[in-house]
Amino acid sequence: MELCDLTIHELRGLYARKEVFPSEVLASVTRRIHKVEKDYGAYLTLDLEGAAEQAQAADARIKAGKALGVLEGIPVAIKDNLCQAGKEATCASRILQGFVPPYTATVVRKILAQGAVILGRANMDEFAMGSSTEYSAVKESKNPWDPQRTPGGSSGGSAVAVAAGEAIAALGSDTGGSIRQPAAFSGVTGLKPTYGLVSRYGLVALASSLDQIGPLTKDAEDSALLLNILSGFDPMDSTSVRVKELDYTRDLQQDLSGKKIGLPLEYFGAGIDAEVKRTVMKAVDLLKELGVEVVEISLKFTEYALPAYCIISSAEAGSNLARYDGIRFGKAAARIEDNLAAFYTRTRSEGFGPEVKRRIMLGTYVLSAGSYEAYYKKAQQVRTLIIKEFNEVFQQVDAIITPTTPTTAFKFGEKSQDPLRMYWSEVCTAPVNMAGLPAISIPCGFSCGLPVGMQIIGDHFMETVILNIAYQYQRVTDYHKARPEPVRKEGTA
Amino acid sequence: MRRVSEEDVKYVAGLARLNFSADELRTLTGELNRILQYFAKLNQVDTTGAPPTAHVLKVKNRFREDTVEPSLPREEALKNASTVKDGSFQVPQIME
Amino acid sequence: MRFDTVIGLEVHAELATATKIFCACTTKFGGAPNTQTCPVCLGLPGALPVLNKRAVEFCIRAGLALRCEIAKFSKMDRKNFFYPDMPKAYQISQYDLPLCRDGFLTLDCGKKIRINRIHLEEDAGKLTHSTGTERYSLVDYNRAGVPLIEIVSGPDLSTPAEAVEYLEKLQRILEYLEISDCKMAEGSLRCDANISLKPIDREELGTKTELKNLNSFKALSRALDYEIKRQSELLAAGQAVRAETRKWDEAKQQTLSIRSKEETQDYRYFPEPDLVPIELDPAYIAGIAKSLPELPDEKKQRFMADYGLPEYDADLITSAKRLAEFFEAVNAWYFNPKAASNFIMGELLRLLGEEQLKSAEIPVNPASFGDLLKLIDEGEISVSVGKQVFAQMFRTGAAPEEIIKAEGFKQISDETQLLAVINKAIKDHPQSVQDYLGGKEKAAGFLVGQIMRETKGQANPKLLKDLLHRELEKLKE
Ligand SMILES: [Mg+2]
Ligand SMILES: [Zn+2]
Repeated sequence: MELCDLTIHELRGLYARKEVFPSEVLASVTRRIHKVEKDYGAYLTLDLEGAAEQAQAADARIKAGKALGVLEGIPVAIKDNLCQAGKEATCASRILQGFVPPYTATVVRKILAQGAVILGRANMDEFAMGSSTEYSAVKESKNPWDPQRTPGGSSGGSAVAVAAGEAIAALGSDTGGSIRQPAAFSGVTGLKPTYGLVSRYGLVALASSLDQIGPLTKDAEDSALLLNILSGFDPMDSTSVRVKELDYTRDLQQDLSGKKIGLPLEYFGAGIDAEVKRTVMKAVDLLKELGVEVVEISLKFTEYALPAYCIISSAEAGSNLARYDGIRFGKAAARIEDNLAAFYTRTRSEGFGPEVKRRIMLGTYVLSAGSYEAYYKKAQQVRTLIIKEFNEVFQQVDAIITPTTPTTAFKFGEKSQDPLRMYWSEVCTAPVNMAGLPAISIPCGFSCGLPVGMQIIGDHFMETVILNIAYQYQRVTDYHKARPEPVRKEGTA
Repeated sequence: MRRVSEEDVKYVAGLARLNFSADELRTLTGELNRILQYFAKLNQVDTTGAPPTAHVLKVKNRFREDTVEPSLPREEALKNASTVKDGSFQVPQIME
Repeated sequence: MRFDTVIGLEVHAELATATKIFCACTTKFGGAPNTQTCPVCLGLPGALPVLNKRAVEFCIRAGLALRCEIAKFSKMDRKNFFYPDMPKAYQISQYDLPLCRDGFLTLDCGKKIRINRIHLEEDAGKLTHSTGTERYSLVDYNRAGVPLIEIVSGPDLSTPAEAVEYLEKLQRILEYLEISDCKMAEGSLRCDANISLKPIDREELGTKTELKNLNSFKALSRALDYEIKRQSELLAAGQAVRAETRKWDEAKQQTLSIRSKEETQDYRYFPEPDLVPIELDPAYIAGIAKSLPELPDEKKQRFMADYGLPEYDADLITSAKRLAEFFEAVNAWYFNPKAASNFIMGELLRLLGEEQLKSAEIPVNPASFGDLLKLIDEGEISVSVGKQVFAQMFRTGAAPEEIIKAEGFKQISDETQLLAVINKAIKDHPQSVQDYLGGKEKAAGFLVGQIMRETKGQANPKLLKDLLHRELEKLKE
């Protein structure tokens, strides 16, 4: 086991006892990056020099016995849609090439304030639209468990970085499953917090009413540690919620007996791979042994959640992406004198990739005159019913368990030519965003050597409950500790 | 569900300031129709009396106080612009 | 053929908040281009809006003053369109649930003009177009994100004169509420008009045109006049009026088509997901209602009733809130409303005009002003000396007594001193004396004028008149 394969909480222990120093951990992470990055492509840009400076500063603080931040000396990756002043942020799009934000996202400010060492910016699907990183305009990231396969997306780079030990933890964003789905495909733990718990200020928007930033980590305890930092009211984000400050590690150790978990029939139906179902059910059986009571429930609007999600997210995305016009920022097309409209069109047509254009077109269409009622308003009404249904279920159960994804990691090119098949990857995760609920995906086994993710969904602001279940499951299992082959080889060498 | 024609798609592309070649337009029209057909699934849901949800949480009245804070230095505001002139963003003129 | 004219106005007023509607940038007018911007008002990726509380309050103030219902539930929406002065390519505005609706404004003739809605939205940046051979435009985003209210009237105005009166009254009200500078020249008050004609015997409205670029009261009035003439000529010739947007061309003094309504914009309004709904507490609204100042029309009526001012005076003096307040302060110190009104309308407004000062910045202390009126009333100085004293008070801020003393403006009330001047005048102007003695009483006026000139206006006018009469009567005997 290399230092780069350890968790935040393990490293914090080593730092506290001064057995290991951040520079050594960074050196280990750097070695791993040099070894595997060319094959996996987790990062769009790396700043190892900057990271080294941060790590040395952390060394000094530890040696001097100063008070340490929660993330002091922890090397992390951040998704390329989070702004940091002075660092190019491209969202893996041609149109944002060269964009250097003059300001810093609230979450980035927060992790820096806690001493995090930022390694670089992780690859993603362009503007977070996609489920495989195949829609990145720059490169594909590869799944370390099988480089023929995608790591999922859109936070694919973040998931790969954590899975391959190229970072101790990472930040991602989740609009319809973009943290949980790649976490499941790549065998890591991914948490999407309750909508409003984490500030979106500085997150380049995909769909404003659905986007939420969250951690990708090696286990639930690290998720809780990171959530402690990320969460909290931000006056810069009107949709951020004033909730009581909580220690999300508080309930990790709690006994699971008496907890009631709902299994929604609809998430174990047609379109979900049999082996995935079987693996998740096995995990549920294990939870029963830990004292959890399991009940069957029904979420009958499930099949409508994905189309409604696609409508709402496209509509918001189409509007959010209208600002990319080549004037104030980003890559502009060659100037056309006297014809602003043509300049806009040229800039946008050259700058956006096919999936982004498709979603902009969809979003523009569903809001346009004559379509609003039939599509957009209808989807918002369905959203109301979805929320209501979840609310009712949470009167009876503490959490809901489903597969995170309908299949394990798929091969490159398998779905990228068929938008509907690609959208289907989010069938189990998108309903959660529609209702603004928190959910975590944790590794719960393997199917043909590929990780399977189990999704634990909680009621609004009940992150402590799902983290508790995830933690207790991970206490008695090793799936989250499994490492992909090339990494294992290095580890044993 | 009404199928969208290539003309419809062209109109929407105009609204979105996107341009597609004839081939792209044909493919896109096909894709959009398939996707819209999938969306039409929602017609199976009886939404009578269900108000639309724009915000999932019941947060309301989020205001800021009317207190001035420093703006960006102008170089910072302009540094990402494609063309700058006399402290302003320069754009192609609008055809009237 | 005879027609009724149907006019409705859409007025945009910039709110006088310290900061922009969604960010903490200053709204100050006239800064160097792009020095008052931030990630939010530049629409940078990832930046988010947060609504200015005072902008909401100001919008409600306007709504209450215009007798609107204030929405219990309101929200912001996105209006999507590409234009380089709109950094996000959408304007955050209000669509179906404006903050205020269904109010009215009453014209002097008693006619009520409905106010359909008042909503809150953000202003755009400023575009400057190149004039040379190189064709480009420059964008300054200092104004982008300044809060606006849009006030939409019903189609209730029947003449250009009514439209102008409506706009003047609206301007006066917003100024009284202290929520907008309302300067048409600086663009802080902007007006668009919808106008259509219909034959008088018909019920249904005719096709309307929308007039833009009405940057002054004169432009509003002339553009409407022009449009009435243009439309009525079309209709009289049996031609149809096209539904279109037309721009007032100040140089050509005519309206020109800029966009036909068939190419109407598809704005794709939808609820702004980055801003949460507004659900105001009735107590909060009641609090604002309570804090509203007396409005211009009420004040005018009161000035007529309580101070006995003629309508003309009352209207002029209540045309600006500070001016009305000044008038009341003067009378609280020294009560002589008509004299105060005369002096304000004559001297003060003239000097304010000369000095290019807004009535908000009256450089004279109302107590000093009262003292001046008192000195005149008590015969200490004449009205004409009073005017000279006032001019100095206006420029230096000194008290009238000080000026009178320093300038030697003291009134001559010494009989022997006055008699000397009177007798000199009688000697110098025998013809006038003859005229007077021959029965032309008016001839005495000429002599008074001569004596006043001789004494530089300092002769006590009452005493002078008495003494002159006495001397002239002596000659009769
Ligand atoms: Mg407007
Ligand atoms: Zn700003």
